[in-house]
Amino acid sequence: MTFRHALLALVVGAVLAASPARAVDLAIVSGDTGNGQRILREILDQYEKKTGNKVTVVPVPSSGTDQFGQYRLWLAAGSSDIDVYQTDIIWAPQLAKQLVDLTEATKDVVGAHFPSIIQSQTVDGKLVALPIFTDAPALYYRKDLLDKYGAKVPTTWAELAYTAKLVMDKEREAGNKDMWGFVFQGNAYEGLTCDALEWVKSNGGGQIVEPDGTISINNPQAAAALEMARSWVGTISPPGVLAYQEEESRGVWQTGNAVFMRNWPYAYALGNSEGSPIRGKFEVATLPPGSGEGARPAATLGGWNLAVSRYSKNPDVAIELVKWIASPGMQKYRALKGAYLPTIQALYDDAEIASAQPVIPRWKDVVLNAVPRPSAQAKSRYNEASSEFWTAVHNTLSGDGTAADNLADLEFSLTRLKGTAW
Amino acid sequence: MRQRARSAWLFLAPMLIVLAAVAGWPLLRTIYFGFTDASLTDLEAGRWVGFANYFSVLHMPSGRIIYDGLLADPVWWRAVWNTVRFAVISVTCETILGMIVALVLNAEFPGRGVVRAAILIPWAIPTIVSAKMWQWMLNDQFGIINDALLRLGLISTKIAWTASADTAMFAVLIVDIWKTTPFMALLILAALQMLPQEIYEVTRLDGVSPWKVFWKVTLPLIRPALMVAVIFRGLDALRIFDLIYVLTPNNVRTKSMSVFARENLFEFDKFAYGSAASTLLFVILVLLTMLVLRFGRVKLDRSY
Amino acid sequence: MWIVKRTAFYLLVAVIVLVAVFPFYYAIITSLKSGSALFEVDYWPKMISFSNYRSVFTEGSFLRNLLNSLFVSSAVVVISLFLGVTAAYALARIRFRGRSALLFIILSVSMFPQVAVLAGLFELIRTLGLYNSLFALIFSYMIFTLPFTVWVLTAFVRDLPIELEEAAILDGATPWIIITRVFLPLMWPALAATGLLAFIGAWNEFLFALTFTSNNEQRTVPVVIALLSGSSQFEIPWGNIMAASVIVTVPLVILVLIFQRKIIAGLTAGGVKG
Repeated sequence: MTFRHALLALVVGAVLAASPARAVDLAIVSGDTGNGQRILREILDQYEKKTGNKVTVVPVPSSGTDQFGQYRLWLAAGSSDIDVYQTDIIWAPQLAKQLVDLTEATKDVVGAHFPSIIQSQTVDGKLVALPIFTDAPALYYRKDLLDKYGAKVPTTWAELAYTAKLVMDKEREAGNKDMWGFVFQGNAYEGLTCDALEWVKSNGGGQIVEPDGTISINNPQAAAALEMARSWVGTISPPGVLAYQEEESRGVWQTGNAVFMRNWPYAYALGNSEGSPIRGKFEVATLPPGSGEGARPAATLGGWNLAVSRYSKNPDVAIELVKWIASPGMQKYRALKGAYLPTIQALYDDAEIASAQPVIPRWKDVVLNAVPRPSAQAKSRYNEASSEFWTAVHNTLSGDGTAADNLADLEFSLTRLKGTAW
Repeated sequence: MRQRARSAWLFLAPMLIVLAAVAGWPLLRTIYFGFTDASLTDLEAGRWVGFANYFSVLHMPSGRIIYDGLLADPVWWRAVWNTVRFAVISVTCETILGMIVALVLNAEFPGRGVVRAAILIPWAIPTIVSAKMWQWMLNDQFGIINDALLRLGLISTKIAWTASADTAMFAVLIVDIWKTTPFMALLILAALQMLPQEIYEVTRLDGVSPWKVFWKVTLPLIRPALMVAVIFRGLDALRIFDLIYVLTPNNVRTKSMSVFARENLFEFDKFAYGSAASTLLFVILVLLTMLVLRFGRVKLDRSY
Repeated sequence: MWIVKRTAFYLLVAVIVLVAVFPFYYAIITSLKSGSALFEVDYWPKMISFSNYRSVFTEGSFLRNLLNSLFVSSAVVVISLFLGVTAAYALARIRFRGRSALLFIILSVSMFPQVAVLAGLFELIRTLGLYNSLFALIFSYMIFTLPFTVWVLTAFVRDLPIELEEAAILDGATPWIIITRVFLPLMWPALAATGLLAFIGAWNEFLFALTFTSNNEQRTVPVVIALLSGSSQFEIPWGNIMAASVIVTVPLVILVLIFQRKIIAGLTAGGVKG
């Protein structure tokens, strides 16, 4: 009998060690909005039902700067109130020192994700966050208008500018005075870093800071790319584009006042929603390349990830939760419910997803071509580097200095920021 | 008398304790961090670096000499200039407009109560709300301001108010002046209502022009009150944060000292640098106040 | 001539009222629209739909947040008036060393840039165990309500006739009795004015409220407005934001309407004389 008791105790002990029998309370912070918040809650409900643990969602403002500042403060205070942080793709590398290394715990699942995304969340060989959905922009175009004037979907930026001008002028002649050719995100903020990285990279101008840490931005092809973008402002793009973020550009686009738009996938469903003036009149394509040497289409990699706080009282349970939310099943759920782009390659060939959200398989090439911002290289100095970059670009776009001069200055300040090593 | 002095401290104690805790301690921490190289990642690991965050000279291996620190940072000076320009323009406009509104409200006319209540509305609206409201109205494509100006024929193309470098500061100023003029008017009105009516009776009998009465009688009499109002508003304007943070957060032409400090504290990995900027901002404010108090002949502690 | 003058005067009044009220009026109109009508410019309400108001109240815990704001603001008013009155008496009526310096220190506290003390205050609030509670807000709001309250009340008390106090002292009254029985009854206008200012300050505060609370049940209205989000990423729900804005502003407008005479009387009697 005693032997059986001992055995039982051993078994129970093993079970306890493997999966916590006691229900645990976890807190996850997320800046998700409306729909996203609802889907997250549904996923967590399923998790709670399965494990008996309880998860509270702490909402934060959807503005990126507000969120990031709040995360910084929580982590700086060593707050154990939050176990899991939902982070933008560029944040985890900056917060790496205060996040749990997930490499060991996730080595069974990382293989299924896009390598470029996993790469972007790896700092000094440590995986600091696990991706749950990705984001990559595309070129939205008005199929009806291109057809009307016999224009093709542009395959280079130059073609885009030409077609945009053509259609815009014709439409204006026809009495549509508010028509513009191309809208994008030109405000001085992180979004401009994304847009400008695409122009530069697609024109063969490198990716600001190369994967090995070299600062490559000061080159003629990059300068040419920015000069090209400058020529759009006031001609095919409204002067106000310099203050546009995602929503402002979508506002112009969705009221039917733009031929082309650069935006994230979220605009697809909204554009096709009930009562939208452009419903069924538009399509998406990959963003076009430039013309220089090494030019190729480029889309900046976005997307969200989950990181576990070093100060969590239950890091192991938190890691399990993260793996649950990032699992193929839950990513599929997310894709079906809200058209979120999965980070797991196989899901792009999933028949169920393809029939429910036909737009997702079409995005596979965009994601495969996606370029990460240099956050893994610049680490904790990324935000500052990015702010230097978007300031240089914004100055160029507003006609404050030439692209070549601004990029030379940028190279100097980035070199100084880098110091001896990133 | 001794006993009264002791009871004075007794009465002051609760207020002083609360202030020391809520303001004194955090400020001391900020000042301290300004002299370290602390990072928000690990506050305690910060080492003492003296005045390096304020000014330092680096000798590069290439032989180049680089001046570093806040005092050599063009972005900081730009922020100082932006803030000072904003403060001077906004306070001047608010004082003049506030004076006009106060003079109007000081006159007797039917419906005065309603008007007085109406002008207080902008001031009662939370800043975050008014910033959003104006952001909406100033929107270049669907904003009502552009629409109205277009209809009136004052502009020919839609203006991107918060976007373009020339109008961003203008937009911030419009919103701030709209929001704060009522408060200024209220303070001035309070002072106006204190004035003895007899003076006006006399000047009216003598047939002095209202313009002259204003310059020779009214203004000198309300000057002390006006000074206090201007000082309080000026200090407030130099700290401007939320309005700019919501309207034009990253525009280098509207970036104020507070916005600069926040950016370094929480956005960039430069907590110590941001602390130094906050300290410098505080020092600037204190020095300015002392100057104004001395030269504006405003006494903190009147004898009675 | 008289007619011209009158007309010009009323024209000026009309312009002032129009400029002051129009943005709020426009917010109301916007809050009554829905769908893509939001993106059209209208000067008159063309449609009246309360769907934005309904969704503000049904999604999340807006009512709870309103009560939070009310509780925090009222507590801030009560505490800062209490601390302010006692301090004002000492500062205005008792001569002691360091009084001018003290007044200057209090003034300089009101000059603190809020961002500058944010990190330190956050540490302190966590140490005190106040994090994510309404008390954290009440405590931190003292940084901007106290200096102003003390200043205005000090100036007010200083102007009260000295004879009142002398008579009371001759009767053997203690300072506490003097404050509560002699001064307090005379101070109502100043209390109303400073109280209202403190109330508005606390009601409108955003940065601390965002930083020191972490769940929706503890948040105040300005933060909730900033947290209102559309159904998808990047989408800004202008209709809901405007509806919520109107809801938070209305109580303040009513308060201002009720107390406007008191505010002016209070400021007249003390604060602005310097």
